[in-house]
Amino acid sequence: MATPAALELVAVTKRYDTTLAVDDVNLKIPAGTYCCLLGPSGCGKTSTLRMVAGHEAVSAGDIILGAQNVTDLEPAKRGTAMMFQSYALFPHLTVIDNVAFALKMRGVDRAGRHRRAGELLELVAMSPYAARLPAQLSGGQQQRVALARALITEPQILLLDEPLSALDPFLRVKMRGELKRLQRELGISFIQVTHGQEEAMALADHIVVMNHGRIEQQGTARDIFHHPRTEFVARFIGGHNVLSDAGQLIAVRADQLGIVPFGAPALLTQTEYQGSYVAVSLTLDDGTALFSHVPEATFDVHPFRPGDRVLATWDPAKAQRLQ
Amino acid sequence: MDTSENILHQASSGLARGSDTARAKAARLSPSFISWLQAGPMMLVFLAFFLIPLVFVVIVSFWDYNEYQLLPAFSGRGYTDTFEGCIAQIPDLCTIGKTYLKTLKLCFMVWAITLFIGFWVAYFLAFHVKSKTWQMGLSLLCTIPFWTSNVIRMIAWIPLLGRNGLVNSGLVKSGLVNQPVEWLLFSEFSVVLALVHLFTFFMVVPIFNSMVRIDKSLIEAAYDAGATGFQTLVNVVIPLAKPGIVIGSIFVITIVMGDFITIGVMGGQQIAAAGKIIETRLNALQFPAAAANAVILLAITFLIITMMSRIVDIRKEL
Repeated sequence: MATPAALELVAVTKRYDTTLAVDDVNLKIPAGTYCCLLGPSGCGKTSTLRMVAGHEAVSAGDIILGAQNVTDLEPAKRGTAMMFQSYALFPHLTVIDNVAFALKMRGVDRAGRHRRAGELLELVAMSPYAARLPAQLSGGQQQRVALARALITEPQILLLDEPLSALDPFLRVKMRGELKRLQRELGISFIQVTHGQEEAMALADHIVVMNHGRIEQQGTARDIFHHPRTEFVARFIGGHNVLSDAGQLIAVRADQLGIVPFGAPALLTQTEYQGSYVAVSLTLDDGTALFSHVPEATFDVHPFRPGDRVLATWDPAKAQRLQ
Repeated sequence: MDTSENILHQASSGLARGSDTARAKAARLSPSFISWLQAGPMMLVFLAFFLIPLVFVVIVSFWDYNEYQLLPAFSGRGYTDTFEGCIAQIPDLCTIGKTYLKTLKLCFMVWAITLFIGFWVAYFLAFHVKSKTWQMGLSLLCTIPFWTSNVIRMIAWIPLLGRNGLVNSGLVKSGLVNQPVEWLLFSEFSVVLALVHLFTFFMVVPIFNSMVRIDKSLIEAAYDAGATGFQTLVNVVIPLAKPGIVIGSIFVITIVMGDFITIGVMGGQQIAAAGKIIETRLNALQFPAAAANAVILLAITFLIITMMSRIVDIRKEL
């Protein structure tokens, strides 16, 4: 397998006509990192990934992989490989020929490329399906084949464009685990584009939250969840209330927002039983919507009902001040 | 008392409902019957105007004939007359052999050229023209040759290609040639030119149709795997466009094999072709011989198409 390499983006910018898709992005991803580019659609995460892959020209800035500036290299010469959102398997080729495709392009003979492709199918547990056509596989199986096909070039970095979005929720969680396992085993970096914060938190060593073509915040999942820096991050990462405290925006985690039955500044609008906790929705008189995750046992001590007037409380020391 | 009546009433209404559904089921037609109904009209037209006449053609091809009438008695004369002297002339080709060889050669040239042009026009439309509106507009441009009748289109070539035509006068004036070039009109060249002009469209449409269905991310995936443009063409685009290529080829080959008007007019009535033989026989009122030639032509065309269908399962691709 190829040696893992670090990736660095230096002031990378992507302009489409007049719109800025990616605006002066600086990013360092150490070798062997599982990195997720997280953000809403249109935030520039996919453009960033495609620039790293070499499928999109960089308007300004540099992309450095290991010791090499790869900004103007074609995809296959970079040491990256891309796994496409819809998997993009060749419908007319069998599974093994799909996986062996890159080696065929390099002129490796049939026996040699099939042997290597067989090893990769082994890695993703798809050996029994080698002779099938993609149309005869389920979504999850197609994804494994796409993964094997991307890995056959021994990339230093694997780029994944929303790899789990086409799968049903159960399979998504299962494949998520396998991606993570594979990344650990191979020791190379995976850079994955996703709009699901849950997926990013479950997978990533390093999360890059993007918005409007810029990096809003980056760090480990815990970092970001504990210390969201901006209102956007606090809202997008989920589980946070954003409210105004003496003219300053703060974020309070839903599980750290308490509810007490005296005072009456907030109207309780809804309770939802979620098993280990109860999700309680509140509305302040100024219209601000809040929600609180009350542990089941705590809730049972004083079961609130919609229409109750309550007081929401939090520990100021644990509230995050937002920029 | 009250309750038992109620139960009785319910039971009877239930019974009535049951028989209602049974009746509804009988009135409803089975889906396969509906499918037959839908396909029926086309099937009848096909039967009445294609299959039955075809059977008659085959029957008549085995009739006897003399100078002025058909003799409804079994005879192989239609065929033996057609191949008259062929065995005696071996190893030389007899007239009929030469004619079919000529037809096949014309057909092959037209097929190869329309395929080449059609493939690249379709490629351009499918991969380089990004907007659907432009794709539609440019496809419509390809239909321009069909806006006038075949005869007018062919006549239109004469002032262009004739001895004193535009091309020749241009060539002479520019000093490239001393005398007008003779092979431009009423030649194999002009026949192929006219046929290509007419039928390239029949290649463009099915190939374009196959190509637009190719997921663009497949091209990117090939590029990502290190394929050059040519490798992508050979390994991805052509295999996936194959159904369109075969369907277009069938259109062009069947039309060109049976053509006699274009070959007649553009060849100055000097080029013998399979379709032309049938026409000559018909004009001589030798219907059995004409029918025999039609059967031979049909068999050859059918053979070519069967061979092409082997390459790709068309039914699966449609």
